[in-house]
Amino acid sequence: MEEKKVVIELDNVRRDFKVGEETVHALRGVTFKIYEGEFVTIMGSSGSGKSTLLNQLGCLDTPTSGEYYLDGIPVRKMKKNERALLRNRKIGFVFQNYNLLPKTTAVENVELPLMYNSRYSARERKEAAIEALKAVGLGDRLYHKSNQMSGGQMQRVAIARALVNNPTIILADEATGNLDTRTSYEMLVLFQKLFKEGRTIIFVTHNPEIARYSSRNITLRDGKIREDVINTDIQSAAEALAALPVNQDD
Amino acid sequence: MNYLNLLKVAIKAIASNKFRSFLSMLGIIIGVAAVIIMMAIGQGSKESVRQNISQMGTNLLMVRPGADMRGGVRQDPSAMQTLKQEDYDAIVQNKKYVTYVSPEVSAGGQVIYGANNTTTTVYGESIEYFDIKQWDVELGDSFSDEDIRKAAKVCVVGKTIIDELMPNVSEPIGKTIRFKSIPLRIVGVLKSKGFNSWGMDQDNVIIAPYTTVMKRILAQTYFSGINCSSITEELTDNAIDELTDILRQRHKIKDGEEDDFTIRSQQEIMETMSSTMDSITIILVVAAAFSLIVAGIGIMNIMLVSVTERTKEIGLRMSVGARGIDISSQFLIESIMISVTGGVLGILLGWLGTVLCANFGLPVSIPLWSIFLSFAVCTLIGILFGFFPAKKAATMDPIEAIRYE
Repeated sequence: MEEKKVVIELDNVRRDFKVGEETVHALRGVTFKIYEGEFVTIMGSSGSGKSTLLNQLGCLDTPTSGEYYLDGIPVRKMKKNERALLRNRKIGFVFQNYNLLPKTTAVENVELPLMYNSRYSARERKEAAIEALKAVGLGDRLYHKSNQMSGGQMQRVAIARALVNNPTIILADEATGNLDTRTSYEMLVLFQKLFKEGRTIIFVTHNPEIARYSSRNITLRDGKIREDVINTDIQSAAEALAALPVNQDD
Repeated sequence: MNYLNLLKVAIKAIASNKFRSFLSMLGIIIGVAAVIIMMAIGQGSKESVRQNISQMGTNLLMVRPGADMRGGVRQDPSAMQTLKQEDYDAIVQNKKYVTYVSPEVSAGGQVIYGANNTTTTVYGESIEYFDIKQWDVELGDSFSDEDIRKAAKVCVVGKTIIDELMPNVSEPIGKTIRFKSIPLRIVGVLKSKGFNSWGMDQDNVIIAPYTTVMKRILAQTYFSGINCSSITEELTDNAIDELTDILRQRHKIKDGEEDDFTIRSQQEIMETMSSTMDSITIILVVAAAFSLIVAGIGIMNIMLVSVTERTKEIGLRMSVGARGIDISSQFLIESIMISVTGGVLGILLGWLGTVLCANFGLPVSIPLWSIFLSFAVCTLIGILFGFFPAKKAATMDPIEAIRYE
């Protein structure tokens, strides 16, 4: 682990919100490092500061104090537009409710992050999108529109969209939350595949089961890290999927 | 995001809400069409008035008595008796910038031939009147200098007089008509001029030697006016100065005193009429322009709805790296597209409306610049009324936007 590159470093990150007269301390000094190629699950019940942490990691928000380094770049004092650029180049988001553009084809959805990157020509954009869709197993559904796809397919498109800009980290927010058990395992199989390919994945969830399939688990409680453990016995999601009763869905 | 992509996104957004987009375009369509039609009518009427005025004569200068004050009371110009034969003679002798001169006296009344009668106006003129008015004698001839000297009882008549008085007479020349018991022998018939834009029948006239009208019909010694032509349009001002000098000298008006006559040129009348037409056009166009502002507010309203509806999309775009400017240009281009498309359709509708107006006999002419203006105004409306919704979209918090339900 020591020789691995640090992609995320949080140094005593605090985030306070003013709610009326009171100050809510959502994060009360969080410090950790995430190395390249890790599959980290971040757990916590609601109110633990999980969402706030996710917003920090995704550069959607900045710490009140402390510092967050993404790929060595300090984020706290960045302006909005600089953070937008950082998100565009270094982060791939996967959301719980997929967030695909309606009435838009899979390819066009996946192209979206590259639309905001002037280095890509229209042709390169399309090629990259097709490649990403093939990587998530949707090579045969390139031109299906988002409303013609199942939940699992939509989430695959969303994952392809997160991959297309070749990001430093993939940030998944309850990415299996809206899916049935079988499809959830399918997604985990996909995430494990990406993990094996060397991608850095941060998976925020409240479902403790998922921790069994990641390489490391961070548990939050009341805005602090309660537990940070390396998983030495990573379960195979593919095996779990195979073990599921077949009649569960048609 | 580059502009081609922004354009595609905007087209897609508009296409996915066709009916709603069309409704918000409708305001612009109607507004632009109204502006175009109003301008076309304004321009058309102006041109037709111009044409009518130019029919009045060539480089016409009208000398009328007037501007006389007696003890602080301004006199009615028609009651003035200041323009006399001597004035006319002086102009004829001293003219340099003036070509044709004709004194004018007129009398209205009934004219009779056989059992028929009609009401008309007899104008007393010199022979040069026909040159000033560019009016040809179609049948027969005009009266002669000799006729003027002798105050001969001859006349040249307009087409309407012939139609009214002698519908069955094949050869009107040589026939004698009676005006207020004065017999006048017809020596010529004028070419028809038709109606002017004020609806006056220009052919319902009798032209007689001015001496005849003055001495035999009216028994007066003064003219109601003197009509002249300047040599060219450019020399109109010189001609006015010349006439002013001659008349002031003749009337012995001291320096610093007001003229006891007024000279109006055709150009001046044309300009007055044009400016009147212009102000009417402006009023109409301003009224139509207000509807464009209302239409712009409609667009703003629909854009605000669109922004709210697509909060989630905005959140997504922001989280994958769209900057505020990317988001605002996306919505701005959408609103510009709505208003410009509306503008183009409005121009088409306006053009159709203009064609329709022309069919109903209204004088119309679409000024080319009004099309460019409409186009520019529509773009401006798109920017102006799209700005606020676009700004609202751009300043959204991505965290809240993405979780918006």
